[in-house]
Amino acid sequence: MSERMAIVGLGYADIRSCTPGISYKELMYEAATRAYDDAGINPRKQVDSFISVSEDFWEGTSIFDEYVPDQLGAALRPVHTVCGDGLQALSCAAMLIETGQAQIVAVEGHSKHSDMCTPHHIHQLAFDPIYHRPLGAHPQHLAGLEMARFLHESENTREHCGLVVQKNRRNALKNPRSVYGSDLSLQDILDAEPTFTPMGVLDAAQPADGAFVVVVAAERRAKALSTHPVWIRGYGWCTETPAVDSRSWGEAAYARLAAHQAYRMAKITAPARELDFAEVDDSFSYKELQHLEALDICPQGAAGAWLQAGITQTGGEFPVNVSGGSLGVGYFLEASGLMRLTEAVLQLRGQAGAVQLPAVRRGLVQSWRNLPTTTGCVVILERADGRE
Amino acid sequence: MTVNIKQWPGTALATRDLEQGHVLTVKYKPRAEYAWDAGVAIARYLEELKAGRLIARSCKQCDRILIPPRMFCEECFRPTDSWVYVEDTGTVNTFSICHVRWDVVRLDQPQLPAVIHVDGASPGMGILHLLGEVAPEEVYIGMKVKAVWEEASRRQGSITDIRHWKPWKEE
Amino acid sequence: MAKVAVVGAGMTRFVRRAQETGRELSWQAAKMALDAAGLRLKDVDAVVIGSAPDAFDGVHMKGEYLADGSGGWCKPTLRCYVGGGTGVFAPIQAWYHIASGRFDTVLVVCEEKMSSCHPHPQGAFLTIFDHTTERALGPNLLWIFALEMNRYMTVHGITKREIAEVAVKNKRNALDHPCAQLGANLTVDDVLASEELAWPVNRLDVSPASDGAAAVVMCSEHVAKRTSPQPVWLEGVGWHLDTAYWTNRDLYYPQYLEYAARMAYDMAGIKEPRKEIHIVEPYDPFDYKELHHLEGLLLCKRGEAARLTVDGVTQRDGDLPVCPSGGLLGVGNPIAAAGLMKVCELFWQLRGEAGKRQVPGMPRRGLAQAWGDLMQVGTVVIMGI
Repeated sequence: MSERMAIVGLGYADIRSCTPGISYKELMYEAATRAYDDAGINPRKQVDSFISVSEDFWEGTSIFDEYVPDQLGAALRPVHTVCGDGLQALSCAAMLIETGQAQIVAVEGHSKHSDMCTPHHIHQLAFDPIYHRPLGAHPQHLAGLEMARFLHESENTREHCGLVVQKNRRNALKNPRSVYGSDLSLQDILDAEPTFTPMGVLDAAQPADGAFVVVVAAERRAKALSTHPVWIRGYGWCTETPAVDSRSWGEAAYARLAAHQAYRMAKITAPARELDFAEVDDSFSYKELQHLEALDICPQGAAGAWLQAGITQTGGEFPVNVSGGSLGVGYFLEASGLMRLTEAVLQLRGQAGAVQLPAVRRGLVQSWRNLPTTTGCVVILERADGRE
Repeated sequence: MTVNIKQWPGTALATRDLEQGHVLTVKYKPRAEYAWDAGVAIARYLEELKAGRLIARSCKQCDRILIPPRMFCEECFRPTDSWVYVEDTGTVNTFSICHVRWDVVRLDQPQLPAVIHVDGASPGMGILHLLGEVAPEEVYIGMKVKAVWEEASRRQGSITDIRHWKPWKEE
Repeated sequence: MAKVAVVGAGMTRFVRRAQETGRELSWQAAKMALDAAGLRLKDVDAVVIGSAPDAFDGVHMKGEYLADGSGGWCKPTLRCYVGGGTGVFAPIQAWYHIASGRFDTVLVVCEEKMSSCHPHPQGAFLTIFDHTTERALGPNLLWIFALEMNRYMTVHGITKREIAEVAVKNKRNALDHPCAQLGANLTVDDVLASEELAWPVNRLDVSPASDGAAAVVMCSEHVAKRTSPQPVWLEGVGWHLDTAYWTNRDLYYPQYLEYAARMAYDMAGIKEPRKEIHIVEPYDPFDYKELHHLEGLLLCKRGEAARLTVDGVTQRDGDLPVCPSGGLLGVGNPIAAAGLMKVCELFWQLRGEAGKRQVPGMPRRGLAQAWGDLMQVGTVVIMGI
């Protein structure tokens, strides 16, 4: 098929719990500057297309795409926004390159979560206004429902979920690009204030601010631009259904379907064997386990046992969320997928610093658009000297 | 195949269908509240407004003085270089005589929104504001105007620290 | 590059207030488009959703909410967003899905339900302005149109009377559109005598707030050739977004649209657009916008579009038919759906199926365009048979 493409530039900025001194524009500008510098390109001349992810209500601005171009070097250029996760925008960038009409595409995602005074009320606006929202429940009640069903259907336990929190927050202690690193005991986590039982307050990732920009290039350009291009081997995304009354509560069907698409493209048949590590969505503790099963990385119902056996720990055979994931790094609204992507690209370049894994060649990144959605995206990345 | 389609979907309702309860509705008032960080450039802009001055940023690469100020030049994609005070006088680039509010309720007195090119900034650098102390029929494109500031004690660090812009003749 | 075709189109009636929810409207349009293409949902590989501000429906992440109504059930589903430009961008997004070689059949659904926003849909536009430097002035959407229209008229010495011809033409064309909300036989004097909202804009210069949905099915070449008796090909696409600092730009000319058009013309291999384009569906939320856009699309010289209109060149039977559908001024303006309606119109026109609206002379190539944001984005699609 068409063109192969690689990630040749990476920039991130201001990963903090809040960023009071700077505007979202300044935040984006900083990340974009770093990404273009990393790729060694001038965005005003060399980027063919720009894609940003945002949602109006996250920003408090209607038609937010208005305010995207300037700080990305994209004024009077082909720019569009995607109302989705950053990995979906990355997939769009890949498709644009595969058409042959674009050679270099920049993808941006950011979180200025701290600008929202009533985030839960805003989040609640995503629920069906007629059937669901009038019930008036806190948006995270859906996670409680899902966690209960997931634990009921599988061999995973409440304790396994607690271990996810413990692992990811500990991992984040070593990662300077994170906000919520912490050394908690399993008991601390299980004893934490119950929110939507079986979920407790520590099972939910906490929001953070930050901006992420990724530069994607067609093969010919990628090889000229970068000594360490990271190839996009496969991508896929899927929405199961917005209907809360008919979705699959126990399993993450969207992740399974998105993974099928990505694995088919990357010609992967045995994910756990053919991949070296994964950065998967862990917006809630149980989600990491649910996603690993949906992605066919571990057998159904075995994700908790894998964690307990140390397989998904940093030193294990299949490390998961070495970065700390959203539980440790933070939840970045639509940029969450790009945060995971950034961590995976750094791993494959050997630039992940204290969280660097030895000899990783191929990794998987997966995102979920958080409640109340059933939308997720999967991207497979490979190091430059990998299989040809 | 519009020629072959006899039935088009979509059911029109009249206002009375809602008022008289012929259809059921759900009402919901969103509680979406924000406190946006102004950032480096706009925070200074607001501070200066409070002090009764307009400030811009300059980019030495494209040699422009930019208002509203920004910390990066969108044309050159590089950081802007310095702060520059500009005048509180300018020229009307375009205007409207607006008789209705956002919800299309008629206003007693029309509002006069305008794009005003600010003296001292580069040509074409305008800001959105309102005109005042002028009869609507006397406003024209190219008219010189001057800011009418709110009293110092009442300024809040907001674009409304300028009440409006009034006609002005250069000395 | 891989060829991409439109093989089916559908739309709901555009009405001031629909009983259907946004999901139901989406479903109605999507079902029509699939039926027209002779395909079923299982034949669809991916779904693209277009919808403008979430504030209308009062639903956050509106693309997620609309997904199942749009056929996006257990499928790759995406929502693109470029404000008012979305309705023509959605087929562009579907184009890159297919032209990439990744997907064969994509369903494109655009929906808008503006009537949910109370007391007036215009309320959704209060928050399009910069939150710190502009919103405090209490701006409304009419301002930006009035400011742009005034600048355009003044620079070129064009009169309101000339501009009003566009409203008269489009509302009359809409009398022949079965889905139209505001088809009417009016005179220029009627437009000029209508209520002055924000000089130079009068009520009849403006398209209405509407509810509605539109959909198209798009396919790769091999699927189109197998399933469709008469595919309509996407020959060129283009889009550009200008700076958000709109008060730093001269509004009299849409430079961003010229760039978007050049991108599409290059791709379509069009050298002389005025000769090679047979039907135009430019975005006409206000009557002057049609003129502004004809100039930006390089279909006439700057400042000359009004003359073309007065001379009847842009009538349905004129030399360059413009908005034969009736446009947003006549058919209605459920924002994203209105943009896609223009693509539907080209599909029907180029296949000779537009009935009473049919442009004579067997047109072979058409252009649809949308526009939006803070007078900032142009999206262009060129279609041909």
